[in-house]
Amino acid sequence: MATQASRAAARLMISPAVVLLLLWMIVPLGMTIYFSFLRYNLLMPGTEAFAGFDNYKYFLTDPAFFTSIKNTLVLVLGVLIITVGGGIALALLLDQPLWGQGIVRVLVIAPFFVMPTVSALVWKNMFFNPVNGLFAYAAKAVGLQPFDFLSQAPMFSIIIIVAWQWLPFATLILLTAMQSLDSEQLEAAEMDGASWGNRFIYIMVPHLTRAVTVVILIQTIFLLSTFAEILVTTNGGPGTATTNLTYLVYMQSLLQFDVGGGSAGGIIAVILANIVAIFLMRMIGKNLET
Amino acid sequence: MARAVSTRRKAIVTVIAWGIGLAIFFPILWTILTSFKTEADAIASPPKFLFFDWTFENYVTVQERSDYFRHFWNSVVMSVGSTVLALIIAIPAAWSMAFIPGRWTKDVLMWMLSTKMMPAVGVLVPMYLMFRDLGLLDTVSGLVIILTLINLPIVVWMLYTYFKEIPGEILEAARMDGANLRSEIIYVLTPMAVPGIASTMLLNIILAWNEAFWTLNLTAAKAAPLTAFIASYSSPEGLFYAKLSAASTMAIAPILIMGWFSQKQLVRGLTFGAVK
Repeated sequence: MATQASRAAARLMISPAVVLLLLWMIVPLGMTIYFSFLRYNLLMPGTEAFAGFDNYKYFLTDPAFFTSIKNTLVLVLGVLIITVGGGIALALLLDQPLWGQGIVRVLVIAPFFVMPTVSALVWKNMFFNPVNGLFAYAAKAVGLQPFDFLSQAPMFSIIIIVAWQWLPFATLILLTAMQSLDSEQLEAAEMDGASWGNRFIYIMVPHLTRAVTVVILIQTIFLLSTFAEILVTTNGGPGTATTNLTYLVYMQSLLQFDVGGGSAGGIIAVILANIVAIFLMRMIGKNLET
Repeated sequence: MARAVSTRRKAIVTVIAWGIGLAIFFPILWTILTSFKTEADAIASPPKFLFFDWTFENYVTVQERSDYFRHFWNSVVMSVGSTVLALIIAIPAAWSMAFIPGRWTKDVLMWMLSTKMMPAVGVLVPMYLMFRDLGLLDTVSGLVIILTLINLPIVVWMLYTYFKEIPGEILEAARMDGANLRSEIIYVLTPMAVPGIASTMLLNIILAWNEAFWTLNLTAAKAAPLTAFIASYSSPEGLFYAKLSAASTMAIAPILIMGWFSQKQLVRGLTFGAVK
């Protein structure tokens, strides 16, 4: 029974990965759920007590919570609009014949490889700084007042930084999808007299829809967890102007040592991310069948 | 005259595309240029683009003042270590799912993927407390463990999509020629699997190198990799643009080069095979 032996071998080969991921999924998440029902502050050890839904009540009635949800949505949507819009435009452009296409592509995708703390600090200091930044210099050069980006338009500034990092990702994926488009189909349509507009609407758009959906879902998963860019530029401020849900949970648990409250916030973040994840999983699952 | 028109069109597209490409790349170029300036030149008004006194002084200063290469080395150990560990765990799993698929293979794959969807902040508190109690806070080995776990699903998935492309007929042919399992693996499968494993490795090193949630939350001075070290420039003293640029240039250069080699794998790895 060679097949039975190989089945057993297969199970043995999978098990380390499965066991590790199972532990990784269940143990910490279980602890978070458990903590979220406790009154537990690291500054007051030994006073842990069951708190029921108090942490959730506290978190959900905290005005900062709604601000953070709003900020999370603004950040995610803002970045998505810029990167998907820009990504489609850039993919269409780079798909045309041009000289030095390979080099241009390398230039365009480079920001994706820059670590978040570097890109945030470079933008903050060398571009957005109202005294020494390049934008301030450009404003002065044309006779305008320098604009203090991070204090006057903090969320907008963070959106710019994060969008700069993710534009390459959207472009690269959409370009890959574009290049897998059947060129014979396009040529046939062209010979039949279809205009560029019609070819775009009836052939390219349906082909790109799937790739755009994948880009939106994957970016949303990552963007919901934006953290480093906020930490090194605004620390969530001014006030709570750039505090997203991830940052709020971080402040609650590691700066205020409120383990219970932070855990409740963490669980809310998990629920929100799962709503997006369900849609993404369906898209990927469909692809697995073919 | 169709040809002349298309050349003109190509020229226009080329100019626009290069313009946009350079604009997007500009912050990186500016960082690299600034790293070779003196601090005074770095904030000069009007800005100096190429005509300044080129100096390597910042690179020396950054190393002397903050032991830069220790952080660089932390990044290397963390990203390579977690990648190798993930590969050791993932290769057998991906292998068996690709070549000996069972009834549950698809479900296992989807489930593994779902673990990647969990936001890190959802387990921040317990991981922090566990790391504290196990003495793993601010250690490179702690980072290796956590990065192995968070990247394992991507590694399994990428390997699976590569292994899936190895045609099964080759195995059958080898078996008919009398190859046993051992020689099958050594002479037939390994050479065909190596490119996929190498691509997976490359992408995973990039992802681990740039990871900036756990590295910021679980390290302090000792085990800080470059992501966390660079973050210390958010509250600097005195003039620091040139030094920030030098530290940043060294932090992104190796990954930028590796990244350019892995463009194609990036799409496959980050979309879990949903876009090829």
